[in-house]
Amino acid sequence: MERIPILRMGKFLLITIQVDMHDTTALALQDDLMAKIARSGARGVLIDISALDVVDSYIGRMIADISMMSKLLHARTVLVGMRPAVAITLVELGLSLRGVKTALDVEKGMELLAAALEDGDAADQD
Amino acid sequence: MLAQSGLTDLLRNQTKQLHAQWMAELAAGLRADSRIGATELSEQTGEFLRILSEAAREGVWDGPQSPQLRPVLSFLDEVSRSRAIRGFTPEETATFVFSLKRPVFDHLRRRFEADPKTLADALWTATELIDSLGIHTFKAYQRTREEVINRQRTEMLELSTPVVKLWEGILALPMIGTVDSARAQTVMESLLERIIETGSTIAIIDITGVPTVDTLVAQHLLKTVAAIRLMGAECIISGIRPQIAQTIVQLGITLEGVTTRATLADALALALRRSGQTIAGTRPS
Repeated sequence: MERIPILRMGKFLLITIQVDMHDTTALALQDDLMAKIARSGARGVLIDISALDVVDSYIGRMIADISMMSKLLHARTVLVGMRPAVAITLVELGLSLRGVKTALDVEKGMELLAAALEDGDAADQD
Repeated sequence: MLAQSGLTDLLRNQTKQLHAQWMAELAAGLRADSRIGATELSEQTGEFLRILSEAAREGVWDGPQSPQLRPVLSFLDEVSRSRAIRGFTPEETATFVFSLKRPVFDHLRRRFEADPKTLADALWTATELIDSLGIHTFKAYQRTREEVINRQRTEMLELSTPVVKLWEGILALPMIGTVDSARAQTVMESLLERIIETGSTIAIIDITGVPTVDTLVAQHLLKTVAAIRLMGAECIISGIRPQIAQTIVQLGITLEGVTTRATLADALALALRRSGQTIAGTRPS
């Protein structure tokens, strides 16, 4: 079975989805990611979907779920690189992924995560 | 048979006189003006009679749908097309064919003066023919007008969705005119495409030029805002006039989670602040 690689970059985890995901692949990704966050103590997850032409409702919900699960493990999720056609489809499906943070590309996503980390640390010290 | 042969005979052999009389008739109702010159009009009527007389040569026709009338109809298509494009009124276009009636009737009357029954038959045949040609002209005119309207609609759709770059990383889309589903879709697509192209993080939709905001328009706006957010950019809606603000609340529409501002200037100020940019005056105040 295909597995989506999860790369570690400092305090963040980077996932680049480049193949159309099947439901099983998605579930495996969810499992792997949660295990990895718990093990590494990562504080942020960046999911890049710029290579995806199609995102169906299942994958959309999975991304929302991952975001909520990560939050429970004290890691923020940023979704980056969504294409216009995908965004339109998700909105038409009624999935606006309210709880998920988004950014235009990986660079901006990283900035967002770094900023959130600083804010969070500042809040922790108070 | 005799009645019809009277008509075909007229069309075949007396084209010249018919043409002259028709032109006189047209000159009374439909004067040549800047839209169509006298020579062109004369050429058009001459050509029409030539094609009609050729159709008559083919022998008897059994009603307006007969195949030998096809060249006549396609010529009329062309005529009414050009008239519709040049801005002739429907009456003027229809008159082109209907004014042929009097010359034809005059001829038939002279020919069958002694035989009222045949005259009546001949008049009926002629009326049927000219009426059907007239109706055909009108249909073609209508069709062309619809084409023109459709073309203008698509042009307007393209014109009405200009996405402009206001500042580094800030896009604006001034919406003008009524918003329907097709326009909302085009707007959304072109805005999202431009966000990707320019890497802008903030998009401002200005609705100053939108006359009314109802639930449908609001829904389209909300969808666009949601799609922009999904892509990782922010959206500000500006240009909400006082009446529109009242309507939105009275309709019970909640623009929750959407940043709104009264003017484009306010929206730009907010966008600059959010993207960490400032404008400083060059002269100390």
